[in-house]
Amino acid sequence: MKYIQSSVEQVRLLERFSNKSTSGTLHLTATHLIFVESNNAATTAAQEIWILHHHIASVEKLSLTTSGCPLVIQCRNFRVVHFVVQRERDCHDIYSSLLRLLRPVSYDELYAFSYNPKQNEQQREEGWQLIDLGAEFERMGVPCDRWQLTDVNRDYKICETYPRDLYVPITASKPIIVGSSKFRSKGRFPVLTYFYQEKKAAVCRCSQPLSGFSARCLEDESMLQAISKANHNSRFVYVMDTRPKLNAMANRAAGKGYENEDNYSNIRFQFVGIENIHVMRTSLQKLLEVVGSRFLSVNDYLLGLESCGWLRHVKAVVDAAIFLTKAVTVEGASVLVHCSDGWDRTAQVCSLGALLMDPYYRTIKGFMVLIEKDWISFGHKFADRCDQLDGDPKEVSPVFTQFLECVWQLTEQFPQAFEFSEWLLLQIHEHVHSCQYGNFLANNQRQREELQLGDRTHSLWAFLLREQQNYLNPAYCPTYADTHPVLEPSTLPCHFKFWRNMYHQFDRSMHPRQSVLKNVLTLKESNCKLEDTIKDLEARLQKHGISPPTPDPQASPRDQRILPTRPHSLILEAPLSRKEAQRQQEEEEEEVGEEVTECCSDTERTVEGSSGTERKESYSDLQGTYGAKAEPAVVSLEFGVARMTC
Amino acid sequence: MEFAELIKTPRVDGVVLRRPFLPTVEGTLCLTGHHLILSSRQDNTEELWLLHANIDAIEKRFVGSLGTIIVKCKDLRVIQLDIPGMEECLNIASSIEVLSTLDSVSLMYPLFYRPMFQVIEDGWKSFLPEDAFKDLESMTEEWRLSDVNKDYSVCSSYPPLVAVPKDVDDDTLRKAAAFRHGGRFPVLSYYHKKNGMVMMRSGQPLTGTNGRRCKEDEKLINATLRAGKRGYIIDTRTVSVAQQAKARGGGFESEANYPQWRRIHKAIERSSILQESLIKLVEACNDQSHSMDRWLSKLEASNWQTHVKEILTTACLAAQCIDREGASVLVHGTEGTDSTLQVTSLAQIILDPACRTIQGFQALVEREWLQAGHPFQQRCSQSAYSNSKPRCEAPVFLLFLDCVWQILRQFPCSFQFSQHFLVLLFEHTYASQFGTFMGNSASERSKLNLSQKTVSLWSWVNRPQEVERLSNPLYEANCLVIWPSVAPQSLLLWEGVFLRWKRSSRCLDEAYDEMVHIIQYNKELQNKVNNLRRQLGAGEQED
Repeated sequence: MKYIQSSVEQVRLLERFSNKSTSGTLHLTATHLIFVESNNAATTAAQEIWILHHHIASVEKLSLTTSGCPLVIQCRNFRVVHFVVQRERDCHDIYSSLLRLLRPVSYDELYAFSYNPKQNEQQREEGWQLIDLGAEFERMGVPCDRWQLTDVNRDYKICETYPRDLYVPITASKPIIVGSSKFRSKGRFPVLTYFYQEKKAAVCRCSQPLSGFSARCLEDESMLQAISKANHNSRFVYVMDTRPKLNAMANRAAGKGYENEDNYSNIRFQFVGIENIHVMRTSLQKLLEVVGSRFLSVNDYLLGLESCGWLRHVKAVVDAAIFLTKAVTVEGASVLVHCSDGWDRTAQVCSLGALLMDPYYRTIKGFMVLIEKDWISFGHKFADRCDQLDGDPKEVSPVFTQFLECVWQLTEQFPQAFEFSEWLLLQIHEHVHSCQYGNFLANNQRQREELQLGDRTHSLWAFLLREQQNYLNPAYCPTYADTHPVLEPSTLPCHFKFWRNMYHQFDRSMHPRQSVLKNVLTLKESNCKLEDTIKDLEARLQKHGISPPTPDPQASPRDQRILPTRPHSLILEAPLSRKEAQRQQEEEEEEVGEEVTECCSDTERTVEGSSGTERKESYSDLQGTYGAKAEPAVVSLEFGVARMTC
Repeated sequence: MEFAELIKTPRVDGVVLRRPFLPTVEGTLCLTGHHLILSSRQDNTEELWLLHANIDAIEKRFVGSLGTIIVKCKDLRVIQLDIPGMEECLNIASSIEVLSTLDSVSLMYPLFYRPMFQVIEDGWKSFLPEDAFKDLESMTEEWRLSDVNKDYSVCSSYPPLVAVPKDVDDDTLRKAAAFRHGGRFPVLSYYHKKNGMVMMRSGQPLTGTNGRRCKEDEKLINATLRAGKRGYIIDTRTVSVAQQAKARGGGFESEANYPQWRRIHKAIERSSILQESLIKLVEACNDQSHSMDRWLSKLEASNWQTHVKEILTTACLAAQCIDREGASVLVHGTEGTDSTLQVTSLAQIILDPACRTIQGFQALVEREWLQAGHPFQQRCSQSAYSNSKPRCEAPVFLLFLDCVWQILRQFPCSFQFSQHFLVLLFEHTYASQFGTFMGNSASERSKLNLSQKTVSLWSWVNRPQEVERLSNPLYEANCLVIWPSVAPQSLLLWEGVFLRWKRSSRCLDEAYDEMVHIIQYNKELQNKVNNLRRQLGAGEQED
């Protein structure tokens, strides 16, 4: 890999939502673009921003201004940075280097293959063995007397984009499978993805049938028949076509289409109307344009939210998952879900449905299993959708981001049902695009095996599980699953909210300055440590022959306050205590002078700007006060990334 | 008039109460002079006690002989009563209609209410202007307490005692009052200890079309400026609205006559527009349609969030002038009883940590709203459901509470109280057993002799168990100025009020309880560790 190392001094970083700027040095390394603020005040550590090349979605060089040459960088994790480089030549150098770097053409160039977290081979292998989908199907109760493991796809002969191990009804013979796969787009025939043990109802997935206007396939019909027969609870199978009806009809002209109810006995066919990847891509782009504009008025914001349609699409996905869940858990019917190719909307609906039905998927480990199963193994095209290699821009789409958002909307409605907090969702999103771990590389299992990812890269799940205390939801109640095994979310539109922490993750001025989540999580961790301390102290007391005392309300709790380190991540920077807040105050006071002239010329700007100023990354170094010294100062935002680089 | 005349059917059996997300209750419905009561007459089932004053509107429906009354409350709750018997239903409905719209102050419930709790500290005496002034005196000697308004003759909406610059005599005040709308001459609202800057509020100056001036008014406000310093006048109206006010005898301070002051116009809407906004917002929240586009466009059309942003922005501006620019500020709109108070009270929340405590917030409401003459009775006699044409109703105070909630959301550890306190205040401004929010000004309250005849809300709130309930477990005193973000993405719909009855709050409540539990458990553990350490230390010394 070519190694580029260059630095440009006196670069200004403009704040996105105010008129503030900081100046510093821009460094370009083989993997990162790094901005280091010039350290003018000795007391405060300089702000640093690390941007992984893979995170960069676009680089734009704007026309030259009096102060320099502006460079705008948009990242896939929704960070937007605006630099002004003094000399046009330097700007051009960075620009052209970045253009080369951010369009890798082969997988070998991706960060995952050079990333080395200083682990030994054994640890790395164990990381990859953490999630075992065979065990997951066993957990669901499969194989059983009605469902079995088939080896038809052992060599990816029947379907290239499916995993090797597939589960089908016992009565589905090999000829039926083969025949059915020939009648389905990309050979993606109906297979089991979730088994609802309580009612023996199955959630199956596939792609659209190649029915055209009149074609039929007896094997495919037998396949659906077999799925139906495998469930004695219901006389019919729901077939959910997740597309809008018009789209499905248009597909018929291309020899594809949807199931004709006359040809399939015992099916109930249903369209649910989720739009396609292109609509979703445009919708998110519009959303980002709206929320990215400066001095946005409330009305433009709300009108923008409406016209971009993003929340409408999110709701459509949740609605579909609820339909699936009701069919399975209430009616006890089996459901076959498909869209066109069965790897975007189908993955969304199946996985979200399973999340509603099965409390296991609401745990940290279970959520990983769910993503591994419905997204990774069933061939959601992560490489194409996330633009990992320089490819067709029309293939890029935020389908997985949208899934994560649906999950977030659910966590907002059921704050006690999920073991994880939104930090986990944000971190997964970060790494789906970082190409730092092997999990999400390439488009399907077959390609991953060819790339030998298991031998050459590390697993994200191992990393996340090691750090899992950071992703815990302190309000999580494990017994919630007993009283609410199936979640029934409200789908009234007022319960769907804009996910500020995702789309404005790096725009700190917009976030609460104090984080409830962070505070409570800290306290909860401290509770565990205190419990240990108490045991220890009691044991020592016993040695001295003293029995444990009765509580004394006079004692000052503050002296003993134990504050564990928190991840230096994302939106989570907020002062923990007064001490931090006071330091912040000191910094704040230093900045008062700058604003004097602005006050009344543009009041709104100043008000927003003033909050922006104090929120400015000043917190990241404050973290250091609580014994985070083991981590070097560069631990800024992408903490996983930073760890590797130092 | 006897209540009995208004109640034709005082009791009906077999009435079914239906509420969203709560079990239906069947029982006996009773009407009293002030309450609608539904009791299942079984042990440990909840009874419904609804103040007639809380009822905003009712709707009747009939299917056969089964009548249904839909009761829409001022706290935005909607409940349904199924009443067997057409005649009973009609009687009940007409009684409710009359009882819920009684205009006579002497019939209001607070005058009949007898507290079932022991009053430890009389709330009527908790926040006297004299006491508040003592704090000021400890900080500065530049101000005095004037009793120029002791018989409410100078300004009917001001309290008898107001703080004014020491060098300005009562005569000057009288003349300045004649030059200000409603006699509301500039008075002290807030003294910023950090730099000695002040915030004042008043009514608009009565310059009229021919640009009248008043030397005394100029002298009064100039007396608050330090030598060589300029101040800011924040007019809560747009320039054009302020211009139009001249035609009706109002106006604004001209640069020529107030050269030491810089005027800034903001755009906080007048109260009638705010009421319309509330009605539209509540309508949007009650819309059962599942269309996202419809919801967002209705939310947008209500303009509620725009008002929140506008008010917060103006308050931030005032706070900024004082804290960052080191300048004194005068705030006014037209009357100086609505948008002015929103701005001055919110600026204090931002600037003054004391206002973020439970006691301090009460003092703020008392000082900046009740004493300052916000006409609560006029503003809160109807809420979002009422079918009658609004007269002077407007959710001015609710918007203030909403803004406080927004700041609370952004600084969840800096407030001693939780949102429960804000919701409680919202409820009590519209319907209450306490006399605190009765009347429109200090003078009206004193004429009604409310402090003798009614119980103060603060007497209730300041009992230990209530303080405990309203406390924010995450509170850690924060002595800083807190600057909220006013970006639209940072402002949220206040679900605790507007979606309160639209969803089952159980999940959220339980999560909140869990959080409280974690925090309390932490305190217990820390105490225990300290004790053990001390004991161990003592034990080791003995060894």
